[in-house]
Amino acid sequence: MSNFMSIFGLWLSVFFTFSIFSFLYKDNPFYKLAEQIFVGLSAAYWLVYLFYSIMLPNLFTKLVHDFRGNIILLIPAALGIMMLLRIFPKTQWVSRFPIAIMIGTSAGINMVRYTKSDLLSQISATMINPFASSSPSIVMGNILLIIGTICGVYYFYFSKKQEGISAVPSKLGIWFLMISFGASFGYTVMARISLLIGRLEFLLKDWLHIIN
Amino acid sequence: MSAVSSSQVERRIVFLLLLIAVALPLIFPLGWKTEVSNYSKLAWNLIQSAPDSSVAIFSFDYDPSSMTELQPMAEAMLDHAFSRNHRVLVMALWPQGMQMAEQAFSKILAKYPDKRYGIDYAYMGYKVAGIVAIQSMGKNMAEVFPADLSGTKYQDIPMLHDVKTLKDIAYINSLSTGVPGIKEWVMAARDVYQTPVTGGTTAVSAPGLIPYVNSQQQLFGLLGGLKAASEYESLIDVIGPATVKMDSQSVAHILILFLIAVGNIKALRARKRGHNE
Repeated sequence: MSNFMSIFGLWLSVFFTFSIFSFLYKDNPFYKLAEQIFVGLSAAYWLVYLFYSIMLPNLFTKLVHDFRGNIILLIPAALGIMMLLRIFPKTQWVSRFPIAIMIGTSAGINMVRYTKSDLLSQISATMINPFASSSPSIVMGNILLIIGTICGVYYFYFSKKQEGISAVPSKLGIWFLMISFGASFGYTVMARISLLIGRLEFLLKDWLHIIN
Repeated sequence: MSAVSSSQVERRIVFLLLLIAVALPLIFPLGWKTEVSNYSKLAWNLIQSAPDSSVAIFSFDYDPSSMTELQPMAEAMLDHAFSRNHRVLVMALWPQGMQMAEQAFSKILAKYPDKRYGIDYAYMGYKVAGIVAIQSMGKNMAEVFPADLSGTKYQDIPMLHDVKTLKDIAYINSLSTGVPGIKEWVMAARDVYQTPVTGGTTAVSAPGLIPYVNSQQQLFGLLGGLKAASEYESLIDVIGPATVKMDSQSVAHILILFLIAVGNIKALRARKRGHNE
């Protein structure tokens, strides 16, 4: 039985893979079927998965085993229920309280962390002696890092019209930005090709057994 | 109408060419070598230089959608950690991360049959709340993980006897595909508790994380995408899944470069024709 199910599952995967790929030719019922099954299945899967991996161990099990010791958990539970009241138009306003608490705590946590990691540490990382290394490539890299950072930031300085000599760093900044966008595009292409490789590997290896 | 259909035909030809470019090297491997980048070398150095019997955290912060890129990294880095006799605490900030971890472990443990659960590795499971969970680990690990996946109490797991907080961890390796992931580990573990952090991510996410590999050592190297996974495999002298797939990746990139050139020439010619008319 388990063998049948694994073969059935394999053929189902193959069917859905081809159904999704068929969109590359043109939109068709197979693609629509696969897309809608995927959306429905994902929603149902996540609902069940999150209930069993978050709600059950972190709330229900704890309350059932030791209610007095975990009584504080009733606060997040109540906030969660308040959030769900959003479903009904009449009680929608109740959900504003948990949303406000969520936004407030997230802002409080992230403000400190982002200031330290994304601002102060990043500024410190740019304040380096470019000639500290003996390797010419590292020295060149450090110089480019400093020039690129200053020119890139200067490009977004709009308080004064950039013309004449003051426009030079701005133009240099655009070049640095364009090169970074190009690198991002290259990485994105690599990621998308990787996804295709993954699917083709499944078809050629698990289904057709052409490759090992 | 004819212009639209001609562009549609062109698109289909491009898709077909790409399919062939990716499929053929999978069937007939070319064995092209990839050069190891500094980012991969830095990540390798961190694991290589950690002392024998160090406790490391491997956080599986991804799901099956990014398996193609991240699973080879996870396997290669795990292989490296076990070869250095490190003890690995396995956890996940993504719900399906533990399934990815178990797959990687089942493959690598076949190579290290002497590794024992509880002494060399432990599955601590999925933790909700991302950055808040990491912050709490910095204060008290046992509070965040009262028990492992099988229900054994934290205090009863031999490899974790001396691990009280994140400061007792030699390094953290986060394999991440989004939020929460590497960035949260950098913010809450490295920048607060100074625990070294390295990791791997999908190629799409790599440009956003590379700035953390800097003179402040917020990140000790970074593996970005399939290429970096193959680089790591070559650093540990393994011909793994990423190395095999890199042939397809390289051929596809050559084809895309060629198609970009052809597209630009066509656009230039069309613009020239427009000017003449």
